[in-house]
Amino acid sequence: MLFHDEMIDPFQACQAFASASAVDADLQVRLYTLMLKCRRAEERAAELAETREVGCPVHLYLGQEAVSAGVCTALKTEDQVFGTHRSHGHFLCKGGGLRPLFAELLGKATGCARGRGGSMHLIDTSCGIPGTTPIVAASIPMAAGAALANKMKKNGLVAVAFFGDGATEEGVFHETMVMAAIWDLPVVFICENNFYASHLPLKDRRKRDNLADAGKPYSIPSARIDGNNVLEVHRYARAAVEHARSGRGPSFLECRTYRWRGHVGPAWEWNLGIRKREEVEEWLARCPIRALEQQLLAQKLMREEDMTALRQKIDEEIEDALAFARQSPYPAMDTLLRHVYVER
Amino acid sequence: MPRMLSYGAALAEALMQEMERDPAVYLIGQGVNSPWYVGNSTKGILERFGPERVIDTPVAENAETGIAIGSAMCGMKPVVIHPRMDFCLLALEQIVSQAANWSYMFDGQVSVPVCIRPIINRGGEQAAQHSQALHAHYAHIPGLKVVMPATARDAKGLLIAAIRDPNPVVFIDDRWLYAVEGDVPEEPFAEEIGVAKVLREGKDLSIVAVSYLVQESLKAADQLAAQGISAEVLDVRTVRPLDERTILESLARTGRMVVADSGWSMCGVSAEIAALAAGPGFGYLRAPVERVTLPPCPAPMCKPHEEAYFPRARHVVAAALRVAGVKAARPT
Ligand SMILES: Cc1ncc(C[n+]2csc(CCOP(=O)(O)OP(=O)(O)O)c2C)c(N)n1
Ligand SMILES: [Mg+2]
Repeated sequence: MLFHDEMIDPFQACQAFASASAVDADLQVRLYTLMLKCRRAEERAAELAETREVGCPVHLYLGQEAVSAGVCTALKTEDQVFGTHRSHGHFLCKGGGLRPLFAELLGKATGCARGRGGSMHLIDTSCGIPGTTPIVAASIPMAAGAALANKMKKNGLVAVAFFGDGATEEGVFHETMVMAAIWDLPVVFICENNFYASHLPLKDRRKRDNLADAGKPYSIPSARIDGNNVLEVHRYARAAVEHARSGRGPSFLECRTYRWRGHVGPAWEWNLGIRKREEVEEWLARCPIRALEQQLLAQKLMREEDMTALRQKIDEEIEDALAFARQSPYPAMDTLLRHVYVER
Repeated sequence: MPRMLSYGAALAEALMQEMERDPAVYLIGQGVNSPWYVGNSTKGILERFGPERVIDTPVAENAETGIAIGSAMCGMKPVVIHPRMDFCLLALEQIVSQAANWSYMFDGQVSVPVCIRPIINRGGEQAAQHSQALHAHYAHIPGLKVVMPATARDAKGLLIAAIRDPNPVVFIDDRWLYAVEGDVPEEPFAEEIGVAKVLREGKDLSIVAVSYLVQESLKAADQLAAQGISAEVLDVRTVRPLDERTILESLARTGRMVVADSGWSMCGVSAEIAALAAGPGFGYLRAPVERVTLPPCPAPMCKPHEEAYFPRARHVVAAALRVAGVKAARPT
């Protein structure tokens, strides 16, 4: 029986150049800006969830920003990303706007899903976000499906599935890996290992800390990276995307990171007996944004005052988006039955 | 002296007592140890029985359900919790093709005494994928029993019955009912599966209701009484097997029927009950049957749309007035 060629590992080259200077200055500033935008937007969303102005369930991405920023900047606008229940970061980094985000959080007609989805259902088809879904692992086969379409249409686009460590426990993850590998689909699997699936730590769900081996049985090149190091994420993501775009097939990245807040909602969950305060504090100290900040300052790519000004600008954009969302109407009552089926 | 207990606490008590009584009973599912996933319905169970019999699983609905089913074939009595019915969709193969069929397929040589608890958890702006009431899926299947308690007493008595039953029983509890209080006996007791109950007698019309709509229908009956209409409220309790006799007897008394169900009307439980009226109950009918169900669309997200979408007492009242021949404004 004849099997396929040896696997080509796109990540071998990534290990070679690890210094910050390997990523050009403009891009570093862009990564910083994107992460900061995610951070500030979600801190605001957390406040709104606390006061119940935002009523839908909100799964915050705080602490994980480097993954979405690093990956999305390796993509073209038309490349597709599929997200999960925790996708504010994916949405903003892929090009989704603050106004449609905040309006969606409030369930308004001007939201990105026109008030039909809330925080867990973000979409912007104009910039490669076909939709996010909170059903765990559901994003994985759909991203492979987008990749199949790209391959059939020969359009040179790449699809990305974002998903958590928990999602690798679903059968559909493994089923998708089988087909993505055998068909050399242009898809990148980004597993954001934040070490928890809701209340359950990874160690209670997996025998060994070996998620990065997930691609191995299928001969899908895989790597474990520091998901809080945005430059590392970007480098690996670029390699994975090039690998896919050049027709060599899928790859898998385990991005090790941490969600600062609880599984859902704004609470920190210090005292639920789920995780120790020291553990959270350890990860807070490894803030992906602060890490890049220090590098930017050291390289003199930005000054403190540039950062303050940037933060102010972002905060103004957020307040504008919130004001816009607040002024927007709810979807009209007579739209309740619309779009169950396609309307032309 | 009535002993008041909430629906959620009654579920926990039933589980506690059954696990105490029978060492083969164990609990498995996502979130059985979680502080938020399953309300208070597993409170204290882990502390009492430990992780050997209270198994919180990885995110793998199909396998965790299949594992429970396999263990049930070999002497265990698992209670499988799916904290949302939406997630239980991933386990349908094991439930529908496997658990439901084995007894018949092997001519009674194997039984699958598994109790599966997919919880309905809707509303709260959770949108279409976290709101579904899919009990009709299960009610369609020969080989499954489908239980939907609406009161705290039944939460306990029917859960105990579901656990003791030698067949696969899908026990569907509803998060909107968890705070409902009722008189619940302290000692273990099993209600009979397949028996409906008249909760309030009336002579003008029968409201045949399922799950949380029983509670809404009781409120509706109060409002109707204020308008001089005497409504009988019947709690279906188990949708498969359906207690046709009790439903028909009620219809025979009143001649008019409103069916209230939290699912969709198309091929839904309400359709089955209406078919009963249209068939064996035809001679009793003095007016067309009205159904209170979801509008024919997925769950919306924003508050005003949710308000319009999920059926409430006012929808039951409006349907009852139509059945009773009283002109009234449609619910807004
Ligand atoms: C099929 C399915 N099962 C269970 C759930 C409930 N649930 C929502 S998020 C979540 C945890 C997922 O963990 P992970 O994939 O690691 O993502 P994270 O929340 O950590 O970002 C679970 C179990 C769900 N939404 N869908
Ligand atoms: Mg996780």
